[in-house]
Amino acid sequence: MKQGVYTLTHSRALTRDVRELRFEGDTGPLTAPGQFVNIRLDGCFLRRPISVCDWEKGSLVLIIKVVGRGTAALAGLRPGTKLDLLCGLGNGFTLAHCPARPLLLGGGLGAAPLYGLAKALLRQGAEPAAVLGFGSRADVFYEQEFRALGVPVHIATLDGSAGVPGTVLDALPPQPQYDLFYACGPQPMLKAACGALPGPGFVSLEERMGCGFGACMGCSCQTTAGSKRVCREGPVFAKEELVW
Amino acid sequence: MVDTRVRLSGIWLDNPVIPASGAFGYGQEFAELYDINCLGSFSFKGTTLEPRFGNPTPRIAEASAGMLNAVGLQNPGVHQVIAQELPRLRQVFHKPVMANVSGFSVQDYARTCALLDKEEQVGWLEVNISCPNVHGGGMSFGSSPASAAEVTRAVKAVTAKPVYMKLSPNVADIAAIAQACEQAGADGISLINTLLAMRIDLKTRRPILANGTGGLSGPAILPVAVRMVYQAYEAVSIPIIGMGGVSSAEDVLELMLAGATAVGVGAANLADPFACPKIIADLPRAMRRYGIRDLKEIIGGAHHG
Repeated sequence: MKQGVYTLTHSRALTRDVRELRFEGDTGPLTAPGQFVNIRLDGCFLRRPISVCDWEKGSLVLIIKVVGRGTAALAGLRPGTKLDLLCGLGNGFTLAHCPARPLLLGGGLGAAPLYGLAKALLRQGAEPAAVLGFGSRADVFYEQEFRALGVPVHIATLDGSAGVPGTVLDALPPQPQYDLFYACGPQPMLKAACGALPGPGFVSLEERMGCGFGACMGCSCQTTAGSKRVCREGPVFAKEELVW
Repeated sequence: MVDTRVRLSGIWLDNPVIPASGAFGYGQEFAELYDINCLGSFSFKGTTLEPRFGNPTPRIAEASAGMLNAVGLQNPGVHQVIAQELPRLRQVFHKPVMANVSGFSVQDYARTCALLDKEEQVGWLEVNISCPNVHGGGMSFGSSPASAAEVTRAVKAVTAKPVYMKLSPNVADIAAIAQACEQAGADGISLINTLLAMRIDLKTRRPILANGTGGLSGPAILPVAVRMVYQAYEAVSIPIIGMGGVSSAEDVLELMLAGATAVGVGAANLADPFACPKIIADLPRAMRRYGIRDLKEIIGGAHHG
């Protein structure tokens, strides 16, 4: 983890409340997809933890959804704005298992870190498939970006206005062929995925955080190996570690 | 040259800045970021006799100029702290550390303090009496002079180390509690702990914290801390570690003028992990600006006479 100053270079709307933000700065602290940054904002006492969607040397992409004061402030920033970030926080998705056919399950904003994960998996020669769930057609983002990588994408919407009606689990192809799943999204979705999907899996948890670097114990969760910090040992945990 | 040293119960600190308990873990996360030997000392995570997971999440909520927490004293228990955390700390911190202790009965406090008394690295015991007394109807030990004194006496009986009683601000008369601790033998007092608070989520219409209530910290509470340190200084003659919302060298000076010998920094470490080294580096400038050559000389300087 390192503290640094990052400059916003691009900000574009993906949906009515979701934006893609591109920053320039030191990406050295990023070592795995699924890690996050913690952003200091004027007028907010606590930093805002946001998972990294994608990065290359010297630039990183975040996808944010406006849900409160901090994300509204982020959405309103103009290119050129410099921000104080803690970069490279947490343990991201492990690629060590080198799955041949990984399945990516993203609920809402949970699709964001799966994009960088998909790129990393493709570089390793894997053939990932993605199932992305959203509220409605108007909420769908990054479908084309995943497809542009050559990743097959299945879409689910809760109101049925695009893809399969229901959740990501409803949109799973019959008899899905995969050897490992990765999931990121709301907790009920992660719990359902861990319960429904056989085989090994990794899920990325979300929690309200104080510091984001392991000092305050604000984001602890119970695991089979005792309590762990979502910000430090997580946010990614193996399916069998989690106590729901 | 300015002199930033202060003395806390016979132990000299290079400067009065002490990261407060609960905001600094057992030091490791910060030792990865900077040399924590620049600190005066630090107060480690509130430690109990038995391991505790703490409260369910969410444990954190934000406030204007501050934050609420309801961590619920998560810690690995005193045996693990002695077996693992203190040996690890020895590798990265070469000064006496302040051992923060919590308990749910008078015996809990005494047993935990007796174990930490044997640890050479521990310079002071800081006894948090904001915890609920499970044998006394759930009121916190710090909410009455009698129970505050009872814990103080029990701890003093089992340790030769200086004992600082950490007081809750959620009381009607802080001076009476401070005096009770002093009369029971406390070597000093620490104040303030967090202020009892709540936030409600407008979407769910429920409290944000799973625990319902939590403790407010951060810059919002500095004036409360200044007031209570000032009142406690008038009431007792033992040293005071002042804390509550400190985030700048000026805040350190203000609490010292109110009566603090050393100054705790809590929530600021979470918002900016480099808050303490920045405050320490900035102290000489702030001292020169306000005509202070020797920091010790301003302790209680805001009081007349």
